[in-house]
Amino acid sequence: MDHDIIQFGLYVPPHPHPLLSPGASEGYQRLRDAFDTCRERIENSDADLIIVYSTTWPSIIGHQFQANPNSEWVHVDDDFHYLGSMPYSFTMDSVFAEACVEKAKERGLQARTVNYDAFPIDTGSITALSLLNPENRIPATIVSSNMYANRSETIVLGKAIRDALTEEKRKAVVVVVSSLSNRMFTEPIDPSKDRIHSQKDDDWNRKILEFFEDGRLEDLSQLSREIHGQIRVQKVVAYKPAWWMASTMGQHNNYEGEVLSYEALNGSGGAVIQLTPSVGSIGDKEFDEDDVEYYRGDRNVLDQGGV
Amino acid sequence: MSKGEIVLGALAPHPPHVVYAENPDQNEPVSEGGWETLRWGYHRLARKLETIDYDVMVVFTPHWQTYVGTHFLGVPRFSSKSVDPVFPNIFRYNYDLEVDVDLSEAMCKAASDAGLITRMMRNPDFRVDYGTITSCHMMNPRWDKPIITISSNRNTHYYSPEVMIEQALALGRACRTAIEESGKRVVLVSSHSLSHRHFVTESPLPEDMSKEHIYNHSQYVWDMALIDLFRQGKMREAIDIMPEFTEQTIAETEGGGLVWMMGAMGMPEYPAEIYGYQSVIGTGNCIAAWVPQPDKREIVL
Ligand SMILES: [Fe+2]
Repeated sequence: MDHDIIQFGLYVPPHPHPLLSPGASEGYQRLRDAFDTCRERIENSDADLIIVYSTTWPSIIGHQFQANPNSEWVHVDDDFHYLGSMPYSFTMDSVFAEACVEKAKERGLQARTVNYDAFPIDTGSITALSLLNPENRIPATIVSSNMYANRSETIVLGKAIRDALTEEKRKAVVVVVSSLSNRMFTEPIDPSKDRIHSQKDDDWNRKILEFFEDGRLEDLSQLSREIHGQIRVQKVVAYKPAWWMASTMGQHNNYEGEVLSYEALNGSGGAVIQLTPSVGSIGDKEFDEDDVEYYRGDRNVLDQGGV
Repeated sequence: MSKGEIVLGALAPHPPHVVYAENPDQNEPVSEGGWETLRWGYHRLARKLETIDYDVMVVFTPHWQTYVGTHFLGVPRFSSKSVDPVFPNIFRYNYDLEVDVDLSEAMCKAASDAGLITRMMRNPDFRVDYGTITSCHMMNPRWDKPIITISSNRNTHYYSPEVMIEQALALGRACRTAIEESGKRVVLVSSHSLSHRHFVTESPLPEDMSKEHIYNHSQYVWDMALIDLFRQGKMREAIDIMPEFTEQTIAETEGGGLVWMMGAMGMPEYPAEIYGYQSVIGTGNCIAAWVPQPDKREIVL
């Protein structure tokens, strides 16, 4: 059955506090508890693979898939280095990573695996894999977030990964590592007094969480541009996680949604959310942005002659 | 103790490709060369630095990105391997470097006294970013001087380019105060490209120079406009157009390196020395130096 390829999807925050300092605030501990619950659910599922899409691993040369079978190092976060080091040792599924690259290329994408000793795996991926799969019970791969990719490219990327899952007959847990609102406080804060940076960010986060709880992932995908404009610091061209997650999980609204935790992480919106494929849908949105199967690259408008 | 001073400030772009092309022992991948215009420019600058007496290199890097204030390296020695997360195929560099923690702490304190949010980075497991390593390797391949790295706060995106400029200028002035009080002779390094649109594909041989060119003509024209101001010694004007330049060319100036350096150097009104300009994977890269002491200044290119 096609829908067996996705056991369930998780949306988790990228900051290291739930891993390094869960006791610093009640909120961080609740996020940590939610991670722990998800870890148990992965253990109790039939999943044989974890696929992580990390917004804290940017790429330029297309899309990179982590393929080092034994990815080991000690990582330190750029901002939160004082919370401690993050030693890691992850088992990556290099065969599946290669399959993803092949499928991505078939759909017109630039893609490659990376398999290098001491490769700097990002804070978000380390936090997620350390908490969700601490014993390396099942292998993983991590896919980068291309800085220039926009909607078409990201959706096609998700479809390519789905192609690989289908062909390899895998059963995956899909993990998106991303904040909701991503504006952090720019001054040091007392963790016990952490809160969402603004009322507006909080309002939008809660609206997004309603969609997740209703299982309306495809609707969130359609709302990505609006979310980007409203509550994302404009560091990258678009809010891509919902596009990628929706596309990888099958572009529909048929999920059991559960928000396990929603808390502030240094001002940003951190949520642990589970989406499990189900039947039935309550989505009520139709949009006219075309679905896309194959990526044809930039349209090279700039080369069409200037003023 | 005599008053410390800035003896040279360099705009030193850090595409890891130039280190890859040099084939130093520290870097694992092996190349057939490439990007000679930049590399030869760097060689010339490195030779000049050998004739200048200095104690420490202070690097401002856009690849140590901090959101909560500006951070300073605060561990005396780092020895590890730097693998570029974006171009791991060409940059896997074993480094062993020393940090001037005293001056780093003094700059951190001066910046804090000036009202900026600051933090010392004391975690010995921290990996020094590849921007710092690339610029320092090209300017001083012997690594026989200590360095300091200053992180780039993400003001441009969190607030605006104008806020970034104000804060970077204030940071620069604070660093200058600390340098003068330290009695040390310091080389400043603003580590970044100018225009910064990359190609998203790579040749099978990354150093295939038949494929290398600027991403588009607009980037080139903007880069040249800025470099022309460098040549004329009009750094106030260069900083004034920085928000527009950064937006139009998605330039790596967004991190604030050049602005910080100009703040520290008191906004030079003398011509910069130009050592080279070349594209790397589509981005625009200029090596330039500002030399406060008139009799040390040259016309290079
Ligand atoms: Fe860079």
